[in-house]
Amino acid sequence: MDALIDPTLLTRIAFYFFSALSIVAALFVVVHRNPIVSAVALVMTFLGVAGLYLTLGATFLTAVQILVYAGAIMVLFLFVIMLLNLEKDPFEEPHVPRLLGAGLAIALLFGLVAVLGGTVAVGTSIRSGSAEEIGKIFFGEYIFPFEMASLLLLVAMIGVIVVARRSDGKEAL
Amino acid sequence: MSPDIAYFAATLAKIVAIFLLSVHVVPIMVILERRISAWVQFRIGPNRVGPLGLFQPLADLVKFLGKEDFVPAQANKVLFWAAPALTCLPPFLVMTLIPFAPPFEVMGRELPAVIVDSSIGIILALALSSLTVYGIAIGGWSSNSKYSLLGGLRSSAQMISYELALGLSVLAVICVSGTLNLSDMITRQTAFFGFDDATGNWAGWNIFSQPVAFLVFLVASYAETNRLPFDLPEAESELVGGYHTEYSATKFSLFFMGEYIGMLGMACLIVILFLGGWHLPGVAALDLSPNVFALVGLLVFMAKVGFFLLLFIQVRWTLPRFRYDQLMQVGWKVLLPIALANILVTGFVVAWS
Repeated sequence: MDALIDPTLLTRIAFYFFSALSIVAALFVVVHRNPIVSAVALVMTFLGVAGLYLTLGATFLTAVQILVYAGAIMVLFLFVIMLLNLEKDPFEEPHVPRLLGAGLAIALLFGLVAVLGGTVAVGTSIRSGSAEEIGKIFFGEYIFPFEMASLLLLVAMIGVIVVARRSDGKEAL
Repeated sequence: MSPDIAYFAATLAKIVAIFLLSVHVVPIMVILERRISAWVQFRIGPNRVGPLGLFQPLADLVKFLGKEDFVPAQANKVLFWAAPALTCLPPFLVMTLIPFAPPFEVMGRELPAVIVDSSIGIILALALSSLTVYGIAIGGWSSNSKYSLLGGLRSSAQMISYELALGLSVLAVICVSGTLNLSDMITRQTAFFGFDDATGNWAGWNIFSQPVAFLVFLVASYAETNRLPFDLPEAESELVGGYHTEYSATKFSLFFMGEYIGMLGMACLIVILFLGGWHLPGVAALDLSPNVFALVGLLVFMAKVGFFLLLFIQVRWTLPRFRYDQLMQVGWKVLLPIALANILVTGFVVAWS
């Protein structure tokens, strides 16, 4: 068949597009003063990362990334930020914790580049990202960590309910 | 399959066709909704523009485009502009996953009547439809109005709550059909009511094997699309227009379009998941040629979707609106436990048989 466009070229274009989207959106998350805009930019970052998963052929991971992070977790973030209505940035001047955080982030970035710089791209060596494969890995090879993670989430959930419950036994609004 | 020119052309044609279809459903639904609501309430309804008032949508369109495009002074401009588009986009994306008909045969090649025949179609559909909430929440917040903000917040909370019931009811269907691909889901509901002779698996419509999941999905889909009796985000008596109070002209109509195409997508999903998609008892036995069979399948699919769209309207003008706490009660304390119990029972039955 006469290939109109080289499929690897399409993948490469998609890779650069989604990479640029994630990086620019991630910068917006950090740089923008308005927390709502930051939250929306974080959603864009997640969508960009989902797109990167797609270029690796991990379709299931893509869908779950959108469903869980963009669709559920960030909605709650947005919800809380809107209710708090944070308008003013309380830290006008750079101060010590802030600079410390920035320094740590930069150190982490260099560390990651040093560690990950030498690795080979996994695009071809990855196991097929189908739902069946992932299910088999989760409920076979990694059943113990998987169950531990769900236990951890359950503990966190019960903890939140205990903390949020009113002590006088009345139902909260 | 390597992407060649024919593949690109076919995909482009499908995108255009499904886009036009989705866009044209909106005015048809609006005129139907207004006429049916009038009929339910013993009014006459719009009957002035054209024969039987059929050109009313055109007049509405002119009005929408001609009105002043108003932006509140204190609104966050960028997000205020982005919100209508964000509301409108996800429903269109869901439509790309919907298989409307059996594969056609064009020039000796099989042409599936779906743009993206994904192996995880149902999960993608749920993931994409869950993104609609951003447009509504952001639209409510960026308007910088208390009514809009409360409408947006209500909508976020409602959509998150009912998404769970929606997803869990789908999970039970996935257990029965054993696939995440929407086309495969339809081909596994070939029989109207009965089992597959070869494998002994259920091969009838899922509404019979999963009636509980069907009811949960139906109720949750009304909440997901912000339709009555769950249209709390835009409860006029409390919140004026809800999240779109400050919107006018084309931006307002985009919110409307998003809502109606969301309904169309949900109706398509209901038909695919529970009502056998394009299957109708007796059609397969006629032994039609592939293209005629596909065309009949398309019509059957459309008829079923149309039924559910009319049901959306009928319910809206029949039931009163829930109170907000009742809405949360129904979502978390009724639908969610029912859906969970349904999964448990389904899981046991599937594992045991």
